[in-house]
Amino acid sequence: MMEHLPALMIAVPLFGAFTAPLFKKHYREVSIWTIIITGITVVLSLLLAKEVVTGGIMVYVFGADKPTLVLPSGYSVPIRIMFEVDAMSVFMAISATLMSFIGALYSYSHVERETGLEKYYALLMLLEVGILGMVLTGDLFNLFVFLEIAGIAGSALVGFRNYRGEASEAGIKYLMVSSVASLMVLFAVGILYGQYGNLNLAYIAKNVSFNMVDMIALGLLFTSFAMKCGAVPMHYWVPDAYTEVPAGINPPLLVATYASLYALFRVSFTLFANVVIDLARVGWIMSILGVLTMFIGVTMALVQKDVKRLMSYHAISQTGYMLLGVGVGLTVLHDPSKLAEFGRDAMAGGVFHIINHIIYKSLLLMTAGALFYVTGTRNLNEMGGLARKMPITAISFMVGAAAISGLPPFNGFASKLLIYETSYRLNPLLTVFAMVTSVLTLASFVKVFASAFLGPPLEKFENTREVPKPMIIAMVILAALCILFGLFPNLVLDKLVYPAVDALINFAQYHSWGGLA
Amino acid sequence: MNGSIFVNLPFIVVAVLLALGFYTIGFKRNLIKVVIGVEILEGAVNMFIVALGYVKGGYAPIYTQAPPEAAGKMVLPTPQALTLTSIVIGVAVSALMLAFAVNIYKHYGTLDVTKIRRLRG
Repeated sequence: MMEHLPALMIAVPLFGAFTAPLFKKHYREVSIWTIIITGITVVLSLLLAKEVVTGGIMVYVFGADKPTLVLPSGYSVPIRIMFEVDAMSVFMAISATLMSFIGALYSYSHVERETGLEKYYALLMLLEVGILGMVLTGDLFNLFVFLEIAGIAGSALVGFRNYRGEASEAGIKYLMVSSVASLMVLFAVGILYGQYGNLNLAYIAKNVSFNMVDMIALGLLFTSFAMKCGAVPMHYWVPDAYTEVPAGINPPLLVATYASLYALFRVSFTLFANVVIDLARVGWIMSILGVLTMFIGVTMALVQKDVKRLMSYHAISQTGYMLLGVGVGLTVLHDPSKLAEFGRDAMAGGVFHIINHIIYKSLLLMTAGALFYVTGTRNLNEMGGLARKMPITAISFMVGAAAISGLPPFNGFASKLLIYETSYRLNPLLTVFAMVTSVLTLASFVKVFASAFLGPPLEKFENTREVPKPMIIAMVILAALCILFGLFPNLVLDKLVYPAVDALINFAQYHSWGGLA
Repeated sequence: MNGSIFVNLPFIVVAVLLALGFYTIGFKRNLIKVVIGVEILEGAVNMFIVALGYVKGGYAPIYTQAPPEAAGKMVLPTPQALTLTSIVIGVAVSALMLAFAVNIYKHYGTLDVTKIRRLRG
């Protein structure tokens, strides 16, 4: 049973996705069905995490019991599709399943007035399949397929409110970006296949020679994944997509974005890790891209009036922190003393920031969705005095805003402090930008809080009430996680983040399929 | 027949198609044409992958029915499998993009990408 966990992680939500359309017009039932399925995948991912953290890398080969078994006999390269699950994959898988569950729970009430919900939930689970496939697979072509699945499901969900023209506009933008990015990934996969005659990540990584053509492949992969994770200058699709998507889809869509970030890390750490000379340069590019992303994101957020759009620009800005943290680590990957001194902690900060950001940004976007649910508008100038009417939403928002600004004792503080401390060792200027960004973030969230929740009660919101229970539960769970991760960061750092970082650093382990080859 | 140019001809076509695709996506104003641009890109990538596996004068990779002289001269089957998968995905992508285009035309009354700009800021 345990050894089949990687396959079950895909099979269960896929089964859910294909059965969901059968619940035609039974909207209550289909949402409960989705909550059950996503709940099961949360349990599966936790089991998988336990297996991987205690037992090391898990390799699941489709159609054989170990990767070294090849047919026809005498053939010595891996030919089957395989899933290779290390601590980093598991870390992302937990984020994905948790956020899909929260999203399904929140959607139960949030989209109840819409029609066509059986398709909505089918797409939600398909998006989850795409993300899980991307983070678990050990095969480059498989990565492309799951990238496209996540892209198609994600953009269909962005355009879900098809009675609004803006939703279709955002949807086609997202689909255009993701399909061009995936096609370029496929092109790079073709280049690598043409040279090494194989699609297995570990096998190619062992043989990579880094000639001119490989450099083109690395460049294509790097740009495509950076494009899909919303790094500057390809960030323009992020605010549109995050604004137009129903708030219940925001959590899984965020994870889908960070699954591309994961792929970026996988490419630069695992696929090209043997290339000693140029890796520091790639690390510097990643760090500078991170700083630019965080700064440009936050300055554009400051001027927004649409509450979800403002938060989406902050999502861009926070992606910069992750790029910075992991980029600093990548710069010193081949320098053992510096790596032990600050590189490992920098990467831990970047990786920890992924889950922290997913939690608090989902929380914030969901409170924005709650505001939209009761007021019917997203314009900050038309809101006011809602704290009295919606106390729980207001408190959740405060927790999320404090976390994103990096105030102790919330989770944003824990990971940002790690990034500040370590990027300072590489170059103090990087830290200065990171801290200024944090201050600007706080400023813009104070503005949102003041204009939406404080002030005199407006007459038109006389009869508004707190949002329904499922939405409250989803928000409270995330708010509780924010505080929990902030108060006891070591719990998560030791159990999940440092194993994930070590999995990225010890690439030789990944290359040998955890010692099997 | 002089070898090098004809051997590399598919790759030259791929390069031309890639340039054409990016040009169409970047500079055409009609949304349908932009969708066509994505399709051209996809064609370029698919052709690249198929061309990688092609052996001139090669045999179909069916082991049980191959004549003895086919050994070592078979066309690589994997790229063709990859391309089939990629074509299927491409159909889904273009269908969805065209559906979005239809919906955009309904709400905006135009397909001009410079006018479809209600989301800004």
